[in-house]
Amino acid sequence: MATSAPASITIPLQIDSVVKRFGEVIAVDGISLEVHERACLGLLGPNGAGKSTLIRSIVGRVRPDSGSVRVFGHPASSPAARQELGWVPQELALYPLLTGRENLDAFGRYQGLRGKALREAIQWCLEWASLSDRADSVVKTLSGGMRRRLNMAAGMIHRPRLVLLDEPTVGVDPQSRNRIFEMVEALRAEGTTVIYTTHYMEEAERLCDSIAIVDHGRIIAQGTKDELVAQSFGSRSDVLMRLDAAAPNAAAWTASRGGTLQDGVAHFPVDRPSDIASLLDAAARDGLNVIDLVLRRPNLESVFLQLTGRDLRQ
Amino acid sequence: MIAAIVRNGFRALRRDRGALILCFVLPVAFFSIFALVFGPMSGNSTPRVNVLVVDEDRSAASERLVGGLHRERALATDTRPETKAGEPAPPEYTAATAEAAVKRGTAPVALIIPAGFGANPISFAPAAGRKPIRILHDSSNPVAAQMVAGLLQKVAMTSLSGSMADLGMRYFALASGGLTPQQRQNLESSLVRMRDQAAQRDLNGDAPASANGDNVGGLVSVEMRDIVGENKKSPMIAFYAAGIGVMFLLFTASASGGSLLDEAESGALDRILSARVSMTTLLAGKLTYSMLLACCQLTLMFLWGAAVFHLDLFTHLPGFFVMTVATSFAVASFGMLLASFSHTRAQQAAIGTLLILTMSAIGGSMFPRFLMPETMKKVGLLTFNAWAIDGYTKVFWRDEPVSHLLPQVAVLIGFGVLLFLIARRFARRWESV
Repeated sequence: MATSAPASITIPLQIDSVVKRFGEVIAVDGISLEVHERACLGLLGPNGAGKSTLIRSIVGRVRPDSGSVRVFGHPASSPAARQELGWVPQELALYPLLTGRENLDAFGRYQGLRGKALREAIQWCLEWASLSDRADSVVKTLSGGMRRRLNMAAGMIHRPRLVLLDEPTVGVDPQSRNRIFEMVEALRAEGTTVIYTTHYMEEAERLCDSIAIVDHGRIIAQGTKDELVAQSFGSRSDVLMRLDAAAPNAAAWTASRGGTLQDGVAHFPVDRPSDIASLLDAAARDGLNVIDLVLRRPNLESVFLQLTGRDLRQ
Repeated sequence: MIAAIVRNGFRALRRDRGALILCFVLPVAFFSIFALVFGPMSGNSTPRVNVLVVDEDRSAASERLVGGLHRERALATDTRPETKAGEPAPPEYTAATAEAAVKRGTAPVALIIPAGFGANPISFAPAAGRKPIRILHDSSNPVAAQMVAGLLQKVAMTSLSGSMADLGMRYFALASGGLTPQQRQNLESSLVRMRDQAAQRDLNGDAPASANGDNVGGLVSVEMRDIVGENKKSPMIAFYAAGIGVMFLLFTASASGGSLLDEAESGALDRILSARVSMTTLLAGKLTYSMLLACCQLTLMFLWGAAVFHLDLFTHLPGFFVMTVATSFAVASFGMLLASFSHTRAQQAAIGTLLILTMSAIGGSMFPRFLMPETMKKVGLLTFNAWAIDGYTKVFWRDEPVSHLLPQVAVLIGFGVLLFLIARRFARRWESV
């Protein structure tokens, strides 16, 4: 009689109550997270939120003080977990004086690939990254976008089932960004589970089917985009009111009305469009000059601002 | 405006430790090292030349000459090998054992006073039947042989004054057609007085002051022979190939080890260590690469020496191979340690330059150790350079068998293992935290 595999082996990523301290600083404060097969989880958080430490815990570069990280049931940093996990770091972690093909060859060998398997993996990576025609160019002669794609390919050389993409579109032009989106979508179509960190909400909205927002070492919200918006705003909409930059009391005034001020724009959640009139009346009464005003359905950026009080790119 | 630019320059310099070390620490360190190496070579503290003295004659003249050599401040004379603690004194050197000792590198010069020397020790002109003093030397130290030859003439003048006067009297007698009995008696009593005074000076230890290199040649007949490099076409090439080679090997190993820092900075190190590569494997791989690169460099250096400077490489291949592997391993480990210890490329460059130039200066890459004061020679043994140069010198200069390289190889490999283990310890900072 065939026995079914334990449930944990089929779950790409299980993080259980992970805590990591650096001296007095608690970088990760009891995070628990589960990512299911074929899912794409967007991991969002401002700088210093603990995102990088969490990522490094997953790839086995940080040892948690407590809690556990398992990749397809294997402890993080175990050989089995390393085989299942692909990591594309934010930095261009490549050998600049080697060609694209030589880089893939090197990282393939570091993953234990040899011979025909390695040659096939290199071929697949070059095609996936649309770099076949530049395979023999030295990395430092490639454009920024090409280097980014090669960086991703190097993380996929061993064809992992779970891939962690850490801000893969940093510093690339819109055309290259679209190419990277297509690469991620191709991975998802093949059934690869993806964890995607970014500072760009539109990327998370486009690519991810669930999102976890990290701040102060904790996950402060998790769910689909609609779930997060509903959790934060209910049925309310978002009013964006641009105020005269010269107004000295704009921040205090915005806060007193239940909003947050970001770059001279006051964000207010409103239940009905008619609430706009009372906001405009109050602004006029308190001597604030409103330059323009927009009513919109809240998006991830609104959620992030609402939850953290900070812009994602801060 | 200019003031602002100057201020910015100094502000940036203040925060760049590597540049600060290169600007201020390195020159002072080098000044100190070279002052230590070369400073004692002037004035009264000239390093003494070690000479093995063999007196086969055992005559009064030869004993006076040996005594004079012994009192000469510029020379350190040995008539027998050093006595080991708890063992009886070894027999005095013979011509054969002294020659073997020079070939081994125990001393750069041996001076053999042949039997029969005392019968006719000096001459103002070439004379038949004189027994020449033999100076056997190692031309890897060309200064020592010339210095001993010059000082020998000087010592002969001061310690064999009686013989000189005696000879002068004979010349005078020949030239003047003979002395009267009264003249002969007066001269002989003067000679006795002169010998007594010289003997008294010897007893009191009042050696004549050492001259600084002005020698009068020809009083004592001398036969000089290079017994180590006499058959070599370009005797010093192996020394320079090893000395310069090791210094540049250290620079190369430092640079190739620094790729670890580049990879750490670019994130490639994180990516490598998150794959199936352990830190020990990574360091071992880097070490092997550095070592192979160093082997190639040394091989090129010696091949060039063979092709252009007639270095006799192909008859010394086993010794060359052993020394090259041991030296390359040691310098590669040094590169690993330097990289794993440093936190930035700038820091690595500054510390590396300081260490490499220091080791090269005191280890004999820039200036032969045999010309350094004894203390500096001993300090030099703390460097790779000294052991590597000594090993290559044994191979190419002294034609010693591979088995004689054991001390050099053991020290270089030992250094290499120790440095690699320390490097591995420092590299823990790149592992999981």
